[in-house]
Amino acid sequence: MSEKELAQKSVEYRKKILKYIYQAKAGHTGGSLSCIDILNVLYNHTMQVDASDFTSPDRDRYIQSKGHTVEALYVVLASRGFFPESDLDTLCKYQSHYIGHPTRKVHGVEQNTGALGHGLSLSVGTAIAGKLDKKDYRVFTVLGDGELPEGSNWEAALSASHYKLDNLCAILDKNTLQISGPTADVLNTDPVDKKFEAFGWEVRHVDGHDIKQLQDAFDALPFVKGKPSLIIAHTIKGKGISFMENQLKWHHGVPDPKQYEDAVQELDLYGATLVSA
Amino acid sequence: MDSIVDATIENIAVAQLTNLEVFSGVLQLLAETDRDIIVVTSDSRGSGKLVPFGQKFPEQIIEVGIAEQNLVGVAAGIASTGKKVFAVSPACFLTARALEQIKNDVAYSNNPVTLVGISAGVSYGALGSTHHSLHDFAVLRTINNLIIVAPADNFEAEQAVRLAAETDLPVYIRFGKKSMPLLSAEKSFEFGKGRLIREGSDLTIIATGETVEHACRAAQKLEREFNLTASIVSMHTIKPLDYNLLSEIAASDKPIITVEEHSIYGGLGEACASFLIQNNFRNRFKIIGIPDEYTVTGSQQEIFNHYGISEEGITKTALALLGE
Repeated sequence: MSEKELAQKSVEYRKKILKYIYQAKAGHTGGSLSCIDILNVLYNHTMQVDASDFTSPDRDRYIQSKGHTVEALYVVLASRGFFPESDLDTLCKYQSHYIGHPTRKVHGVEQNTGALGHGLSLSVGTAIAGKLDKKDYRVFTVLGDGELPEGSNWEAALSASHYKLDNLCAILDKNTLQISGPTADVLNTDPVDKKFEAFGWEVRHVDGHDIKQLQDAFDALPFVKGKPSLIIAHTIKGKGISFMENQLKWHHGVPDPKQYEDAVQELDLYGATLVSA
Repeated sequence: MDSIVDATIENIAVAQLTNLEVFSGVLQLLAETDRDIIVVTSDSRGSGKLVPFGQKFPEQIIEVGIAEQNLVGVAAGIASTGKKVFAVSPACFLTARALEQIKNDVAYSNNPVTLVGISAGVSYGALGSTHHSLHDFAVLRTINNLIIVAPADNFEAEQAVRLAAETDLPVYIRFGKKSMPLLSAEKSFEFGKGRLIREGSDLTIIATGETVEHACRAAQKLEREFNLTASIVSMHTIKPLDYNLLSEIAASDKPIITVEEHSIYGGLGEACASFLIQNNFRNRFKIIGIPDEYTVTGSQQEIFNHYGISEEGITKTALALLGE
C-alpha cells in the first residue's frame, strides 16, 4: 500500500473507531485515535501476517500492551480480513467476544491484554522463542506512555537487551496524556529515550501520525543488530478530530450524536483533501 | 522412557530424593529428546536444582534475574509459540508478586506454562513469613484455567512433571525441599484424581503435599496405639478437586480430617468443606493447617509440630474428632 493509500486508510479507520465507540457507547477514543496510524502502517505495510494463515509459526506478531485502545486494533484486524467488520456491531454487547480489551477469542489477537505493563514481557518471551528456533519473525508491541511506571516494563526492557532481541520492536505511543492528567505531571518518565538507551535499546523518534516517517522507521529495523528497537512515536490523543485533540475528557469519552456527526464530517473533509492531493 | 523413581514396595518409607531433585531429573530426561522443553528461572537455578539441567541444555534455560513478573510474562510469551515452558521460582514470590501475570498472561490467555513454586509452604522455616507461601492455593484456586498440584512424594513429583509437560493447559506445581519417602507402591496418577495411600475404616485423612507423610505416620500411630484405622488420601490435585472420591469418602459418614501446609483459609480443607456441605454430607470434619497468623519461628518440622501438622498433632485431632 502506498503512502497516500495508507493515509486514506487512516481516515477510514478513524471513522470506524468513532462509529463503533459511538454505537457501543463505550471505548477508549483518544488513545485509539493516537495509535491508529502506527497500527495502520504495521498491518498494511510492515508485518508479515495473514488472516488465512494466522497459526503460521513464521508470522510476525503484534501484542498490544496498551490493551484499552482495542478499538484501533479491532478495526485494523477487520479490514485485514480476520473477521467480518459487522461483528463490531456487537462491541461490548452482552455475550459478545468483542470486549473492551484484546482477547484471543477474536481472530488475529495474539494475547489477552488490558492490565498495563504486560505486553513487553510477553513480547520478550515471544522474541526469545524466535531466536531459539532461528525463525525470522519479528515481534511488535505498542506501549502507552501512561503505562511506563509499571515496573514490569523495566524488567522486560532489561531482559530484551540482555538477550540481544533485535527481532523485537516496541513502539511508544507518546500521546502525553493519561486518565488523570498530563503524563509528565502524573509521573514523569522523561527523558524516556535516555532511559531505554541506558537499558540497552536503540531508540528513534518519529511523528506518530506521519505515515512516511513510520514506514521509514519500520523499514530500518533492526536499528542496530543485536539490540532491541524502540520507536518513540510522538502522537496526539484524539488525533484527527479537532475538538478531541489533546483533551483529557476524550480518554474514554463517547461522542453524542452531534459530536459524532461533526467528527465524521471533519474526517470526510480531510479525506477529500487526500483524494484531490 | 526410564523412570527416575523406583516406586516399588521395597522402597516405601525410605527417604529418597527431594521432590525438586526429581523435578530436575525428569526435566533432563525429557529435554534429551525434546528441544521444546524450556526452563525459565529468576536467579533460581540453584534453589530449583537446575544447575545440571543448565549445564546439559544451556540453550533450553532462560534466566531473567530476580524479576518474577517478567519471569511469568516471558514464560507465557515463549509458551505461546508451542514450547513446553517451566517457570521456576520460590512459591512465595511466584504466586504473590507475579499473580497478575499468572492470571492474565498464563491462565486467561491460555498459555500452557507450568509454574513451578519451589520451597513452598514453610519449607524455608526460620527464614520467616516473607519466604512462606501459605496463600498460594487460596489465591490460585480462584483463577480459572489453572491446574494446582502438590505432589506428596517422589513418584507423584515425577508423574506431575511428566503430565505437565504433556498437557496443553496451565499448571501450578508446588514443591517443598525435604527428602521424601515413597508413600505407596500404587502406580496410578492423574491430575484431578486423589490417590488412596492407605485404607482404614474409622476415619479418613485427606492430605496434600509434604503433609501426607505426617498423615501416614499418624495413621500408623492410631492403629498401633489405639486400634483405630484411618484411610489416607493424597489429594495431590487441589484443583480440579476429586469430587467423586470425596463423595465416596463422605458416604461412609466417618469423620474426615484435611491436612495442608497452607493457611486454613482457602486451601484444601475449605475446598473439601465447601463441596461436602453443598452436597448434604454432614461428616464430622476438621481442617489442619496454619492458622491465620505469621508463623512461629522454627524449621519446617518445628512449625509443623507447633501447629499440629505432625504424627502427634494429627493423632490428637483424630482422637478428639472420634470422641476418644
